[in-house]
Amino acid sequence: MAVVTPAEVQAVAFLARVQLADGQAQHVAAQVDQVLAYVRKLQAIPTQSIEPTSHVLPLANVTRPDQTVPSLAPEEAVRLAPDRRGHLVRVPKVVDLS
Amino acid sequence: MTYEPVIGLEVHVQLATASKLFCGCPTTFGAPPNSQTCPVCLGLPGVLPVLNQRAFELGIRVAVALECRVAETMKFDRKQYFYPDLPKGYQISQYDRPLAHDGHLDVAVNGAMKPVRIHRAHLEEDAGKLLHDPNEPFSYVDFNRAGIPLLEIVTEPDLRLPEEAYAYLVELKAILRALGVSNCNMEEGSLRCDANISLRPAGASALGPKVEIKNLNSFKAVKDALGFEIERQQRAIEGRQTIVQETRLWNARAPATEPMRSKEEASDYRYFPEPDLVPFRIDAPAVEAARRALPELPAQHRQRLAETYGLSAYDAGVLAQSRALGALFEQAVAQYPKPKPVANWIMGDLLGYLNAHGQDPDTAAFQPAWLAHLLQALDGGAISGRTAKALFVESLERQRDPQELMQERDVRQIVDAGELERLVDAVVAEHQKSVADYQKGKANALMFLVGKCMERARGQANPQQLRTILERKLTISREAAL
Amino acid sequence: MLTARELRDQIAAGALDPRVVLHELLQRISRINPAVGAYVAVDPERITAQLEERLRHGPRGPLFGVPITIKDNLCVRGEETACGSRILSGFRPPYHATVVERLLQAGAIVIPRANMDEFAFGSSTETSAFGPTRNPWDVTRVPGGSSGGSAAAVAAGAAVAALGTDTGGSIRQPAAFCGVVGLKPTYGRVSRYGLIAFASSLDQAGPITQDVTDCALLLSVIAGQDPRDSTSAPMPVPDYLAAVSQTARGLRVGLPKLPAEGLDGDVRAAMDEATRVLERLGLTTVPVELPHIHQAIETYYIIATAEASSNLARYDGVRYGWRASEFAAGGGSVEPSSAQRGVLQMYLHTRAQGFGPEALRRILLGTYVLSRGYYDAYYLQGMKVRTLMKRDFDAALSQCDVLLLPTAPTPAFRLGEKLDNPLQMYLSDIYTISANLAGVPAISLPCGFSSAGLPIGMQLIAAPFQEATLLRAARAYEQATDWHRRHPAISSVEQAR
Repeated sequence: MAVVTPAEVQAVAFLARVQLADGQAQHVAAQVDQVLAYVRKLQAIPTQSIEPTSHVLPLANVTRPDQTVPSLAPEEAVRLAPDRRGHLVRVPKVVDLS
Repeated sequence: MTYEPVIGLEVHVQLATASKLFCGCPTTFGAPPNSQTCPVCLGLPGVLPVLNQRAFELGIRVAVALECRVAETMKFDRKQYFYPDLPKGYQISQYDRPLAHDGHLDVAVNGAMKPVRIHRAHLEEDAGKLLHDPNEPFSYVDFNRAGIPLLEIVTEPDLRLPEEAYAYLVELKAILRALGVSNCNMEEGSLRCDANISLRPAGASALGPKVEIKNLNSFKAVKDALGFEIERQQRAIEGRQTIVQETRLWNARAPATEPMRSKEEASDYRYFPEPDLVPFRIDAPAVEAARRALPELPAQHRQRLAETYGLSAYDAGVLAQSRALGALFEQAVAQYPKPKPVANWIMGDLLGYLNAHGQDPDTAAFQPAWLAHLLQALDGGAISGRTAKALFVESLERQRDPQELMQERDVRQIVDAGELERLVDAVVAEHQKSVADYQKGKANALMFLVGKCMERARGQANPQQLRTILERKLTISREAAL
Repeated sequence: MLTARELRDQIAAGALDPRVVLHELLQRISRINPAVGAYVAVDPERITAQLEERLRHGPRGPLFGVPITIKDNLCVRGEETACGSRILSGFRPPYHATVVERLLQAGAIVIPRANMDEFAFGSSTETSAFGPTRNPWDVTRVPGGSSGGSAAAVAAGAAVAALGTDTGGSIRQPAAFCGVVGLKPTYGRVSRYGLIAFASSLDQAGPITQDVTDCALLLSVIAGQDPRDSTSAPMPVPDYLAAVSQTARGLRVGLPKLPAEGLDGDVRAAMDEATRVLERLGLTTVPVELPHIHQAIETYYIIATAEASSNLARYDGVRYGWRASEFAAGGGSVEPSSAQRGVLQMYLHTRAQGFGPEALRRILLGTYVLSRGYYDAYYLQGMKVRTLMKRDFDAALSQCDVLLLPTAPTPAFRLGEKLDNPLQMYLSDIYTISANLAGVPAISLPCGFSSAGLPIGMQLIAAPFQEATLLRAARAYEQATDWHRRHPAISSVEQAR
């Protein structure tokens, strides 16, 4: 049985802001399903009393002093943008993000 | 059926640091677009955040002031969503291990103390700013604000009335300013508030569907929007309409809350631990040190003013609203030791003037000596109450000592030393009982005698000068008597 | 081809002119690259200008005049750095990666841009948006990945030495496939600043070189704490070059029981022989257990894809990089009709077209395992099993100084063989990824050839920050064997054009 349906993969794709073409969705969903079915085996490992590890290094409290450093010049900050006007980055209108 | 509103507030306060939360860009308000950005706050590939030590410390300072439990270990998490003003596609925030939790703040509402529990306080970075031109199919992004350090302070849903929400915000702002952690300027966005509200039948314990209100640009807007929303929801319930859980925007011009035009996507922020930052431990001695280093907080300030100067709770509350106001009061009393009139002048004339002119008490330039001089002159009868009020406004506007203004004007004073000496002699002769009181150590008696001299001079003498002469004469006569 | 160590010694002694060295290298690149595709692009003029600048103004550090090849995911200021992806094409960072800066401070000449799998997602360097890299030993085969360009260049003599990055084996597996040496340092040993992130809790940059001594030399230069990387460790950097000359006699080598499934017979035989060589050299062997190595693939593909999905969210066509053409500016005039479709459509199309199929798969997988309702079952469980793996390594490495494992279960496979079968591709990382999950240092070095004449690599793993021990053991083995002195026949590579 599939772990995920193509419709679920489409929903995840939207969450990740990726437009899947209809034909593509089937194929990608099958591949994602195959990998999920494989990695899902991990759930069989007993881990009730195990702390999760998100960091392998025993480092803590790394901070920097509150000192300013020179920023990029505005023209440099927007130079890399695919579209801009003056010193502002330009994007298609933010109308309805859903 | 009566309904009980259940209100919670989320306040975002910008911490007063020189540089951003995770990079060295400056935080100056109002800088030209994209002039305060760098690879880190622009989210360029490969660059990494490093936490600002001072933002961390300011966060702890607020946490202890709000009597929170400070986390032994806090960590950062990524809150993920797409928006053009969010450079990395995630905001570095704190999810399940915030800086602090379970604090509380007591606020006075209509003379009663209302305890408000603080659910949590966490550090996070701000997003950039989107600009729209209604005539264009584009939006524009300025990233100066991206990465500015914020502390989000969330209450439990303990508030029941819009007035309580208002009082909470006033008190919280006073605390934040007393702590020096933020300038709390709502126009500049360094203090922002969202409100959550639901209604339930009085006595019920379950919560109704929650409405979040955004676009609250002032404390008054919070109060008004909550008032509007209570009525709206009540009408809806009575009309058997269902209340939807949603986000609404306050439109102060309508005035009404309005549903957001585009319904927010059912958000799934996919929080997970920020792997680019390490955990942060805050040991008990560090928390204790932060607690010891706390300045006097508004509640303590109020209590001290009330006890030291015999002020009413109300007067003490008004004066302790701002550190500057409290200091002005205490310094003026030091020079003119009558607390009540000093308090009245500050609360009535000074605040009235500042409010009418939209000025902030913390930045108003008014010297304690000016108020003391004015009150001395008034006391001595040198000027009338009406003249005093006019002089007060003038001194505020011209930034001058009222004494100088009086001298400049018609309010001529007797400067001839011989004339003053005779005048004092006459008063001393008339008021032997007061003289005796003074010589027994009653300091107030001197004030009385100065007042009598001023009366005799019809206000046209310098009270300070009179006081000096009186002191000399009374000391001499006492020595003579011995 | 002289090694980096030999070059720098001869340059320092005045026996070699850095101009001649660079000229010959550039010529070799131009001859070999069309067939191998080790470099995405090489700009001889800019590199020559860099050398001239270095000759005039220095600095004259321990790598003075030595050209070092840079993987396409390590930022070089002002040079295109695209991470093998269309979505970053044209991106020229206004900063250096710390590792690049340290090479430059050591006097090296940096040579961008070695090819790689897109965003380092792959084990074959076939997913690069700029075309595949081929294995110099057999151009019908992959060089491994994701640092396939770096490894192939070193193997083919088109690089003196190179930097790669390793998230699940991306330095070691291509080093093994190409018959060269590759070292993944301890997590935190080398700064990640300027390394375009794949999985932040696993990524490390490291050297890919002709021999172990060069690995030590490059590591000495790039290692050390960096105030710009909160996860870089405040540990002193030992003299790794001195370490390689110390005896390895008496070191204990742990031999873990491994999942036998999929292990190639030639690789198994080479490992057995390597064990005998180490024993002959006076190292002792002890059996050890790594019980959770069987779950390494599952754990890795949950944690790595989750972090990757997040790290790749910034590629949205707003601030830099590529934007879907129907929303592009072309100097400032967007068709109002397409702009009207709004920024959401811009996101959806830019990201769908900007990422290749493997990047899309990983973004989807990572988004899925972090999404509401699945986090605990996948991501949280993955982090917990990671704890178990870390404990496995702590326990095993308390019984020995280094662990010996194959680097990859097979020698280099054919181009296209696993490209559309993600799971098969992922399984080729089975022996390398647990070192990333545990954060421990690991090195791959040549230990033989298959019956088809393809290189085989062995892997040594040490406890955190014990790179010196790792290098010492590796150098002892290398001195006793001559695998690293064998080179692919370049004439046959050139004929493959």
